[in-house]
Amino acid sequence: MSAAVLKAVNLVKIYSGGALPVPAVRGVDLEVEEGEFVAIMGPSGSGKSTLVHMLGGLDTRTSGEIWLDGKRVDTLSESAWALLRREKVGFVFQFFNLVANMTVADNVELPALLAGISPKEARERRESLLAALNLGDRADAAPAQLSGGEQQRVALARALANKPSVLLADEPTGNLDSRNTRDVLRLLGEVHKQGQTIVMVTHDARVASLADRLVSLFDGQIVDDGRIARRRTGTAREVIDLR
Amino acid sequence: MRPHLLALLAKEPAHGYELKQALEQTFGSAYPSPNIGQIYVTLGRLEKDGLVRAVDVEQSNRPNKKVYYLTAKGRDSLVAWVEEPTEGPRVRDEFFMKLVLAPLTGIADRMALISRQRRHYLSLMADLNDLLSRTDPRDRVAGLLIEGAMLHLQADLDWLERCQEDLA
Repeated sequence: MSAAVLKAVNLVKIYSGGALPVPAVRGVDLEVEEGEFVAIMGPSGSGKSTLVHMLGGLDTRTSGEIWLDGKRVDTLSESAWALLRREKVGFVFQFFNLVANMTVADNVELPALLAGISPKEARERRESLLAALNLGDRADAAPAQLSGGEQQRVALARALANKPSVLLADEPTGNLDSRNTRDVLRLLGEVHKQGQTIVMVTHDARVASLADRLVSLFDGQIVDDGRIARRRTGTAREVIDLR
Repeated sequence: MRPHLLALLAKEPAHGYELKQALEQTFGSAYPSPNIGQIYVTLGRLEKDGLVRAVDVEQSNRPNKKVYYLTAKGRDSLVAWVEEPTEGPRVRDEFFMKLVLAPLTGIADRMALISRQRRHYLSLMADLNDLLSRTDPRDRVAGLLIEGAMLHLQADLDWLERCQEDLA
């Protein structure tokens, strides 16, 4: 058995609804180790979103294998996969899909409770996540009372509430301004440091630069997969060249 | 550095070392710490061109210091600098030259070049992230410069993606 938290073997997705079948993902092999932060980049239409949706069980694969925590999941029934997902996967999208008639606090606690975490622990986790995202005072609000940026941060807190084996994210800062992005960056950096495994599709270079590793997709295939070097230069003077 | 010194002297007359300190205070950690020798050389040239004039001020127990002040000609030159349009960043990108020319050489293919460059940009971005988190939030000048560098880098990455779509 491999130490990978998440593994895809020759994963293929062909959309066959239209007149011609459209291959979106064409044979992807990917292994994500525990605690790793992998950013996925590539032009639109390169298959990034389809790939993470398949990895999270939100879209079916055409062929290939998906393994989560050493267990093959692509052959599970839909309901068995859904159960496993509650426990092991956190998902955050560009569009946040919060439950409208529940408070922010309940939205965040729900996945933790569904995953079998005790109510006390779920509440503590919710409080610390919302505080980290500067949303501590919005716990009793309804999602509709929040700005887009606030809703997006709530969605991130929700995705982390069940302490997932892997956090999957698809453009999680897609509609955040720079101040909101900073809060999200800080939390992602923190949970990553605490060992959270993250796989994230993003165009935002600031978010992607937090990752350990970059996977580049093009035309449904991985064209590059490597580490993002850390150089740690000293001061602004060395980075910024004022003439 | 000439117009920067003129701008500082427009506020008040100063000697060389005061100008060095003023630059450091204004730009915080963002400015390459000016070399005092370079400041005196620049002041000498400005004086020769009639843009500043110097007066000797006596000091007790120490040699006289030269205090510089702006002349009318210097003020005109400063106004012209402030009012003339500033060039935008030029796209004379070394990487773009490699990208266009590489296939002719047979040394590397474009896809590999683009992928490597993307990772390099992200590692630069990681640096800027580190730097921003270590910069005192009250140092707005340094913070804004770092953010500016980040936005340029994001644009470079977006451009890289366009190159990949069209060329690779």
